[in-house]
Amino acid sequence: MVPSYVPLSYYLLLSGFLFACGVVGFLIKRNIITIFMSIELMLNGVNLSFVAFAAHWHALAGQVFVFFVMVVAAAEATVGLAIIIAVYRTRETLNVDQVNLLKL
Amino acid sequence: MNPNLNLWVIPILPLAGATINGFLGKKASRPGVTAVALLFSGAALAWALIVAARFSSLTLPYHEFFAHWIRITGFSADFAFYLDQLSLVMLLVVTGVGFLIHIYSVGYMWDDPSYYRFFSYLNLFMFFMLTLVLAGNYLVMFIGWEGVGLASYLLIGFWFTKDSAASAGKKAFIVNRIGDFGFLIALFLIIKHFGSLNFDQVFGAVMPLPSESAGAGLLTAIGTLLMLGACGKSAQIPLYVWLPDAMEGPTPVSALIHAATMVTAGVYMVSRSHVIFERAPAALTVVAIIGTLTAFFAATIGIAQTDIKKVLAYSTISQLGYMFMACGVGAFSAGIFHLMTHAFFKGLLFLAAGSVIHAVGGEQDMRKMGGLKSLIPWTFLTMGIATLAIAGIPPLAGFWSKDEILWKAYQVSPVYWLIGVITAFITSFYMFRLLYMTFFGDYRGAQPDAHGSHGHDAHGHDSHGHGEPHESPMVMLVPLMILAVLSLVGGFVGWGNHFEHFLAPVFGTVEPAAEAASNVTEYSLMGVSVLVAFAGWWSAYLLYYRRPELPQKIADSLDGLYEAVVHKYYVDELYAVLFVKPLIDGSTRILWQDVDRKVIDAAVNDAGDGARHVSDEARHMQSGNIRSYAGWIAAGAAVVIAFMIWMGMDAR
Repeated sequence: MVPSYVPLSYYLLLSGFLFACGVVGFLIKRNIITIFMSIELMLNGVNLSFVAFAAHWHALAGQVFVFFVMVVAAAEATVGLAIIIAVYRTRETLNVDQVNLLKL
Repeated sequence: MNPNLNLWVIPILPLAGATINGFLGKKASRPGVTAVALLFSGAALAWALIVAARFSSLTLPYHEFFAHWIRITGFSADFAFYLDQLSLVMLLVVTGVGFLIHIYSVGYMWDDPSYYRFFSYLNLFMFFMLTLVLAGNYLVMFIGWEGVGLASYLLIGFWFTKDSAASAGKKAFIVNRIGDFGFLIALFLIIKHFGSLNFDQVFGAVMPLPSESAGAGLLTAIGTLLMLGACGKSAQIPLYVWLPDAMEGPTPVSALIHAATMVTAGVYMVSRSHVIFERAPAALTVVAIIGTLTAFFAATIGIAQTDIKKVLAYSTISQLGYMFMACGVGAFSAGIFHLMTHAFFKGLLFLAAGSVIHAVGGEQDMRKMGGLKSLIPWTFLTMGIATLAIAGIPPLAGFWSKDEILWKAYQVSPVYWLIGVITAFITSFYMFRLLYMTFFGDYRGAQPDAHGSHGHDAHGHDSHGHGEPHESPMVMLVPLMILAVLSLVGGFVGWGNHFEHFLAPVFGTVEPAAEAASNVTEYSLMGVSVLVAFAGWWSAYLLYYRRPELPQKIADSLDGLYEAVVHKYYVDELYAVLFVKPLIDGSTRILWQDVDRKVIDAAVNDAGDGARHVSDEARHMQSGNIRSYAGWIAAGAAVVIAFMIWMGMDAR
């Protein structure tokens, strides 16, 4: 008998996969824009787990959290993109390996 | 029930004087400082006399309790005072002689820039000394014991800008530490075995114990260690070396601390502990032998000294040896009797010597004195009396007490007596030598216009008229006269064993057998003592008055021996080689070069270097590369998650 709903573990596996994609992308990519997109991917992977749990436990808090995350992510995106533009204007590159002055 | 004597007032008065002068004296005028110092020490004397006046109506020993100090299971010590015949004698000697020397110091120290400091220290000394003699248990006694050591240190190094004075102060303090170590161990033993330090309780517990005649035992150990403490404080072999150096202090200090009172604290302590010593014959023998040897050797050193104060210093050591000899043969009252008469005549000798030094402008070398008899007649007269007294010429004070000791020593062993008599001869000889060199013959000192620099006691005397030796002011002469009278008549309290009977309740009853024992022997021994005293006088007269060229010839003929005596048997040098140098070398090479630099410093430096090396490596983590940061974060998160899984936290 096929269950009438998608099991929680499926969502979590997908969520983990998305998060892992984000981490790997963050680690191996050099372009700041791509890294930025990887962060968004990680955020949404987590969002997916939030809503999955919310549905599973019939708790509203998970849903609310997702909205918060989206709002913060949107704000972060504006600031982040502004910084990226500023970096590009001064250094004429988006390669993070060349933006490494923040060290001893 | 005893009336309340308020004994605590006696030591507190000098302490108040010391505090006032110490804190306010710098701004105060000299008369103000003088008034405070004399008022408080005089009041202490007055109170002591009141106590003495009411003494016969007391039930003894009289106790006075002030406060609990230490209360733990199995042991307790209180702030408590204790008065019996023995403490009363000490009390009167300390306050009486102390007050006289305070008066004398007014004249002697008047021109010293640190006048107030001197009196502050002197009063402080009185406080500690009175605490020592009035203490009701060994712990309070130890406060006084250490306190007088401190006062002694401060006063020896009073002219601390002078290197020799500062070193002498240190030497006195360090040598005394060795003795205090023995004293402390003895106290620990007493605490361990008797659970108390109160005189009553300790002696009560010791009283029923049998005499340790078979040899070593607990009481022998305690007694020997107490004697080590006494050796330090009372300058006995092997710890006497500090006292001659202590003459660096002002002369009134030498008189008060290093002749009359503090150095006798050891005799007092041994006498106070007589119950322990009487049950430890081996310890008593140690006391007797140390005393006898010290008396003899110090006297022989005294022969060849040329510094007037050094002669008196060795004389003091020698006389203290007599007191310990008395204690060692069980004649504690004779020891205390000699302590008292010695306080009179030796205090007087030092004060008179101070007056001489004052007269000749700070010179202490007797070879540069001479012929002072007519120039400073009062000093000569009083010093002459003191010399007669210490030499044992009857009927002055020293004769009675010394004869008493020799008689008691003879009853125990003629050997002690023999050495004692020889010492008496030497004592008489060097004291009259001092007298003849100082007061007779021609004046050999600097002429009125030829004195540029003064001797090293120059701080303490006035700065006018050094050329012609001059008599000291009245304020210095009056104490001399009073002490001279005491030296003249002080011995008569021993007449018919009065003194011994007075102290009998403390030291046990006088044995009638000993008292009635062959009078013939006693009188013939007395005759011998008198004879040797006069023989010593005659020898000194011959050598230093009639034929002043003879001593040099004799010295030349006894080349090696004389040299050894002049150099005090090279004891200081021996101690330097045996103890001081190894200690300094060991400290330098092992403790400083090896332990301190190679272990402690190295550990600190290596810790610092190590931290720098590790962080030097670790700082490469901070690469500025955003992806490596992210990698570290991911790795860290992975570790945390792995840890949580491993701990089983996933189960919740």
